[in-house]
Amino acid sequence: MEKIKTLIDLKKIRDEKLFGLQIREKGEGAENRVQVKVAMATCGIASGAKDTMEFMAEALEKRGIEAVVTKVGCMGYCYAEPTIEVKLPGSEPVVFGGVDREKADEIIEKFIKGGELVDGIIPVNYETIDLKE
Amino acid sequence: MSKYSMHLLVCGGTSCKSQESDSIAEKLKMEISKQGLQETVQVIMTGCFGLCENGPIVKVMPDNTFYIQVKPEDAEEIVEEHVIKGKRIERLLYTDPETEKHVEDSKRTGFKRKQIRIALRNCGIIDPEVIDEYIARDGYQALGDVLTTKTPEDTIAIMKASGLRGRGGAGFPAGLKWEFALKNEADQKYVVCNADEGDPGAFMDRSILEGDPHSVLEAMAIVGYCIGADMGYVYIRAEYPLAIARLKIAIKQAREYGLLGKDILGSGFNFDIDLKYGAGAFVCGEETALIHSMEGNRGEPTLKPPFPAESGYMGKPTNVNNVETLANVPVILLKGADWFSSIGTETSKGTKVFALAGKINNVGLIEVPMGTTLREVIFEIGGGIKDGKKFKAAQTGGPSGGCLTEKHLDTPIDYENLVANGSMMGSGGLIVMDEDDCMVSIARFYLDFTVEESCGKCAPCRIGNKRLHELLQRICEGKGEESDLVRLRNLGDVIKDTSLCGLGQSSPNPVLSTMENFPEEYLSHVVDKKCPSGVCTDLLEYFIIEENCIGCTACARACPVGCISGERKEPHLINPDTCIKCGACMEKCKFDAVILK
Repeated sequence: MEKIKTLIDLKKIRDEKLFGLQIREKGEGAENRVQVKVAMATCGIASGAKDTMEFMAEALEKRGIEAVVTKVGCMGYCYAEPTIEVKLPGSEPVVFGGVDREKADEIIEKFIKGGELVDGIIPVNYETIDLKE
Repeated sequence: MSKYSMHLLVCGGTSCKSQESDSIAEKLKMEISKQGLQETVQVIMTGCFGLCENGPIVKVMPDNTFYIQVKPEDAEEIVEEHVIKGKRIERLLYTDPETEKHVEDSKRTGFKRKQIRIALRNCGIIDPEVIDEYIARDGYQALGDVLTTKTPEDTIAIMKASGLRGRGGAGFPAGLKWEFALKNEADQKYVVCNADEGDPGAFMDRSILEGDPHSVLEAMAIVGYCIGADMGYVYIRAEYPLAIARLKIAIKQAREYGLLGKDILGSGFNFDIDLKYGAGAFVCGEETALIHSMEGNRGEPTLKPPFPAESGYMGKPTNVNNVETLANVPVILLKGADWFSSIGTETSKGTKVFALAGKINNVGLIEVPMGTTLREVIFEIGGGIKDGKKFKAAQTGGPSGGCLTEKHLDTPIDYENLVANGSMMGSGGLIVMDEDDCMVSIARFYLDFTVEESCGKCAPCRIGNKRLHELLQRICEGKGEESDLVRLRNLGDVIKDTSLCGLGQSSPNPVLSTMENFPEEYLSHVVDKKCPSGVCTDLLEYFIIEENCIGCTACARACPVGCISGERKEPHLINPDTCIKCGACMEKCKFDAVILK
């Protein structure tokens, strides 16, 4: 990694790496992929999030769905771990709770492939501050 | 790509389900089939929306319409008016309590959410092991800005104006703390992040470190610049292996980018961070004990003054802040003191992260503005009490805090109000108790913890807490006397007044506050020798419910002391005078006729 020497360089990196997929997957058309975030804090992992994440990554690839699977920190829904957030291209992200392999399979087949919602949706009940003025 | 163009989300949280949300969903499905729309409109049950007091909730997507207090008979109207004609049903819309206007589009009109994530802003959003994702969310911008455009004094002035107070428990103003450390001149100073989170049921700091480690590192560098330190340590308990692993990755990446190390961003400022591991002693969350533990000495507190800002790690001026406090710092510097101080109450600014646990439906991590009430936290975010039971109390501040009861439900939560009500903010554990919890045993549970965790240096804490625990144990066993209550209170006061550090000074709080709020429960333990909640087994008696007993004699045959009498096919009776409470009768009974009460 090259050192960032000035604040201007730092801002450049920020703008280049515009939050989103470019960070994870370089190249055009990244926004057309399905984004899956798996909550992987201690609590999530203890409830099986690692297994969920592996399954998601493998299954999506095998089924030929262009997707990016990322681990993130705690989403706050301890009562419904493992939790994942799925964002289909051009639509709002949806959070699902209690996602084991079976549920993950259902989410891929019904929601990701067909846009059909499945049981286990967790309505997001917080707002995150916007850092950009 | 979706075959559905509209979704009706019906809340399937416990509270809404108890108000027939299942049948609302059924009715909606029926109405939709009746109209032949089952191919384009999908009805789905979701998890809890958190607005349980306004349940049952139905949300219509994609137009974000939020219907409250929906009844099964409203289904027809929702389908006919909204789904088909596209008209919102006014009388079912959520009304904003402040503007008294109907909220039509729950997204666009700034539908007010109870939770605002500041400290947790990146948790669940970025990959904590990729520094670029943190930078893309304006990470390290505050550090860059401070290093290039602000003096330490300017920065401290902003922090003071923001009103940020320590999130570890006592609530000391962060900016003031930094100023003390700045003013004490020395050849070497240190920045310490207190990540020794030890309250039972608390996991706020762990979640921040696991989900957004860079926010803490960035803040530590800012503190370093402000007080004139070039070295920082994160004191973290070894029981947090994942947080440690992610911190290590974060430190490595920040060094590779030159955001830690020599001459950061060409400013001439040097700062590096290392980890120090704790063995998990509760007392090491106290800053002087923490520093001694960092130095390799026993984790025991010393008298303040001297404060760490004067003489801390290795005898040098040291600034100690908690994880959550630090996580707030970069945002305050980016968005300004005015923005931060516009959130919260008069004396307590910003938000607070709470770990919700106990008898609550939505166990989880929440972040709410200071001044939010306990009722909002429990019933509008937490989804209410498990199994529809009655709320009894909530413990804040863990073993150092006290309980809040029904009469405190509408008190805004902030530092001052909690102390005024015999509790404290603490680090943010919030344990909810229902009608089945015995407050005497709860107090005993917390003292178990304190007795175990007392470092033993000062007599009031070492001996006093042990005696306090023995008194409570006696009361729970039914051997207590009324005079014990006076002794509990007196001893508690003495421990609070004479202990060396915060641990001892706050350890009697759970006892004193439960005595204050539930005097009748203590009285029934010592006078009637009964535990009203049915928790203290020594005070319970086995009892046969006449209606359930078919007279099979199984219990009587199992009883080792022969205290159960009764004719075959007639209800049996337990003689409490000879019963030894072994429980054999209860195990043998197939008809749930034997109960403890």
